[in-house]
Amino acid sequence: MSKRDVAVIGVGYTSFNSLTPEVNWKELMFEAAQKAYQDAGIDPRKDVDSFITCAEDFWEGFSIFDEFTPDQLGAVLRPMHTVTGDGLLGLANAYMQIKTGLFDIVVVEAHSKISELLTYEDVVQLAFDPIYEAPLSGDVHPYYVAGLEMRAYLEATGTTEEQCAAVVVQHKRAAFFNPVAEFEAQLEIDDVMGSGYAFDPLKRLEIAPRADGSIVFVLAGGEIARRLRGCPVYLEGIGWSSESPWIAARSPYAEYAQRAAQRAYEMAGIQNPRREIDLAEVDDQFAFKALQHLEALGLARPGEAGPRMREGAFGPEGEMAVNRSGGSLGCGHLLEASGLARALEIVLQLRGEAGTRQIKDARVGVAQSWRGVPHGTGAVAVFSRRD
Amino acid sequence: MIEKPRGRPLTAEQMKQVPHVIARPKAQYAWAAGVAMSHFLEGLKQGKILGRGCKRCRRVLVPPRMFCERCFRSTDGWVELPGTGVIETFSISYIDTDANRIQDPIFVGVLAFDGAPPHCGIMHYFGEVTADEIHIGMPVEPVWKPEGERVGAITDIKYFRPRRDA
Amino acid sequence: MDLSKRRKDVAIVGAGMTLFSRRLLETGKEMSFEAAKMALDQAGLSLHDIDAVIVGSAPDAFDGVHKKGEWLLDGAGGVHKPYMRVFTGGGTAVFAPIAGWWHVASGLFERVLVICEEKMSSCQPHAQSAFAHIWDPILDRPLKPNLVWIFSMEMQRYMHKYNVRYEDIALVAVKNKRNAVGHPCAQLADPDITLEDVLNSEPMALPVRRLDISPPSDGASAVVLVSEDVAYDLVDEPVWIAGVGWCIDSTMWTNRDLAFPKFVAKAAKMAYEMAGIKNPKEEIDLAEPYDPFDYKELQHLEALGLAEPGEAAILTREGKTQRDGELPVCPSGGLLGVGNPIAATLGIKVGELFWQLSGQAGPRQVPGDPAVGVAQAWGDLMQFSSVIVLRRHS
Repeated sequence: MSKRDVAVIGVGYTSFNSLTPEVNWKELMFEAAQKAYQDAGIDPRKDVDSFITCAEDFWEGFSIFDEFTPDQLGAVLRPMHTVTGDGLLGLANAYMQIKTGLFDIVVVEAHSKISELLTYEDVVQLAFDPIYEAPLSGDVHPYYVAGLEMRAYLEATGTTEEQCAAVVVQHKRAAFFNPVAEFEAQLEIDDVMGSGYAFDPLKRLEIAPRADGSIVFVLAGGEIARRLRGCPVYLEGIGWSSESPWIAARSPYAEYAQRAAQRAYEMAGIQNPRREIDLAEVDDQFAFKALQHLEALGLARPGEAGPRMREGAFGPEGEMAVNRSGGSLGCGHLLEASGLARALEIVLQLRGEAGTRQIKDARVGVAQSWRGVPHGTGAVAVFSRRD
Repeated sequence: MIEKPRGRPLTAEQMKQVPHVIARPKAQYAWAAGVAMSHFLEGLKQGKILGRGCKRCRRVLVPPRMFCERCFRSTDGWVELPGTGVIETFSISYIDTDANRIQDPIFVGVLAFDGAPPHCGIMHYFGEVTADEIHIGMPVEPVWKPEGERVGAITDIKYFRPRRDA
Repeated sequence: MDLSKRRKDVAIVGAGMTLFSRRLLETGKEMSFEAAKMALDQAGLSLHDIDAVIVGSAPDAFDGVHKKGEWLLDGAGGVHKPYMRVFTGGGTAVFAPIAGWWHVASGLFERVLVICEEKMSSCQPHAQSAFAHIWDPILDRPLKPNLVWIFSMEMQRYMHKYNVRYEDIALVAVKNKRNAVGHPCAQLADPDITLEDVLNSEPMALPVRRLDISPPSDGASAVVLVSEDVAYDLVDEPVWIAGVGWCIDSTMWTNRDLAFPKFVAKAAKMAYEMAGIKNPKEEIDLAEPYDPFDYKELQHLEALGLAEPGEAAILTREGKTQRDGELPVCPSGGLLGVGNPIAATLGIKVGELFWQLSGQAGPRQVPGDPAVGVAQAWGDLMQFSSVIVLRRHS
């Protein structure tokens, strides 16, 4: 592989809100982009070689959303394209583009303007196979799949419902320290357990609420990043993988995350993730997913993430910091931007810019994404500080 | 080399007979118009065409936006345009939005507004004009709906018609 | 030379495509499988050998399936693999293989499969209903536009600015529909079509008439891309990706001069620079520009630097763009002749160049042993273009 390394030279983001009627999606993206370019100290009209946005047509309500993306990012008459995937898949493409040497600086944007979609459940339903699966679902909310997957995970690993509830407690508390988070709360496990089954065994409070927001990353070849930032955060490895689109054909262990992590760790030269990784930001669209993903990333053995979460091993005083951003449970689920929100926290922490939630001496962090019900696709990115 | 391409084509009749699932996607949205377009739509209600000026490239952006995509900076202020313009291009359409054939053709096109640099304009209908006389470069003016019927939409302008005075 | 920047050369070693047809019985997944299988067979590979899969498909609205890429996944061979979907509207046809290029050129993957699929017939009563959602909801949609409008307005502006005659534009439709006679996948091949047929076809949105437009279609295409390290193990004469380029123009389409597609010129410049092409008119042996409408082939030839603005119509009239002309253009039969299953036109753009440059185009083979070809696609709200230059080394 080309020896060129890749680093993050700028990040920009809006705050994450459940409603944003005051701006349209272009104005939302413009704000994040402006901040990212300022952070990187670059002029997008001159310095950026390629732009990527991460979006899905049905989230946005357009047949070809790609049309509506260049202006607000400064990408007019420049190379730009859409990845129909989450923000980490966008980063993967930027990483490869820089690795080829064709480009020096690449911008990745992902956003959610999901408050404008009035029929969220119906649109998620459209992601099921129209012939075999959709007719079976009838009028049931499509998140029933999360209930099915949670039960399979609990059965396979011996994880308890209380342990899953502990994820909600921890992530929503962490969100108090994140100024852009929308859904902070002071809860106890009993509050979560008593919130009622949404899709037995999944409780109401275990489902991440949705939020709007935009996040922009600026990536560059290592030699450029060192010139611009001195000591940048490096993207050391990135992997992505998909399981079968058929719900019945998937394992209870989030194999997509296992395979993605394997690739990312191999690229980053990580042999013992538990020892070498200081902080993790994992997808937690549903509370149990955080545990399942921690295990898939090799940060806990199968069945071990739950008890350790309950003991506080992943909390502020614990052995490994997990989702100090508040995760999707605390910040809100940002659809295709959730992966970038996880990566954003890693970058801020490694830079020492995480404010009151800053972790001491963080050097290596991992961010993970999952594309949500009903799919089995996800990505893993490893970042580091090398000073 | 393509030895034997695969795929089984169906006639329209066969298509109805093969097993299939019919579904109508339920996807509804309420898009925020945003800062720039909200103001623009308010302007239309009052019978005004409003643009945003960019001091750096000296353009008046119509349709307006809060940022200039060429300079990548926030735009500087509102500019009211006279509303007249010239036809940049046009089409005479014998099909409607669903590709159904129509008897009376629709005259549609892009116009560039006076008072703005070249190519700053919008798509709209043209009316009170014949197929023989419509041409690129033709001066046009808006025909507004009566004030009471305007709702803050692009259709507050019924169409643009030739400026017989110009 | 900065060794750390060195990228892998990328070759195409196999291509496949299904029939293009107004309606196919096969689902999107099944079509993807057929095209992928054919490409893999030609490369002498099995899915097991493939490191990553890149998929291209245009609007989800055609199928009414949200996250269409995820849905196509198993038909496209993406299970348990790194799987990526890129999307640039109609530009996807040539853009998906460009994404495949950087998967391999970066050194991350050695053998990748690129699949493009489109099933437009699922959208009832007409694919037009999906196109209604490509317009700006505030400015354009209240005017109840039809997609053809935007093309006719662009064509009108093009004819006006460069003084191009409709009769010359219509010759493109005649040429491509006749060329398609040699294509086994073609939907609208017609050996007997005449200029009069086009000129007298039904008016749609004037100046555009029925036969100026390529037909909606179902189909899938695939190519296999491999790195220089393994290319010669698989085939004797690989066809190399010598240059790639892409570019997007502003969303505000009414603020552009529609006569000349600047974004195509910029994408071409990028691809030519990478391929070391200084004089495209002399160095390029054949072209597969995107031809969803006949005038688009002309506009694209001009933006690709293969003709001066307004000159492509004259080249066409003089027969220079015929299969046996000086610069064969759309020898496949193009979208006008073979069909327009948006993203799946990969097979008649990049696929065709591959078959032509490796001497496998059969009855469509361009004479003179061509060595360098350019393919181009175009998409979004007439604002995006992707360009790829392919080259045979010997």
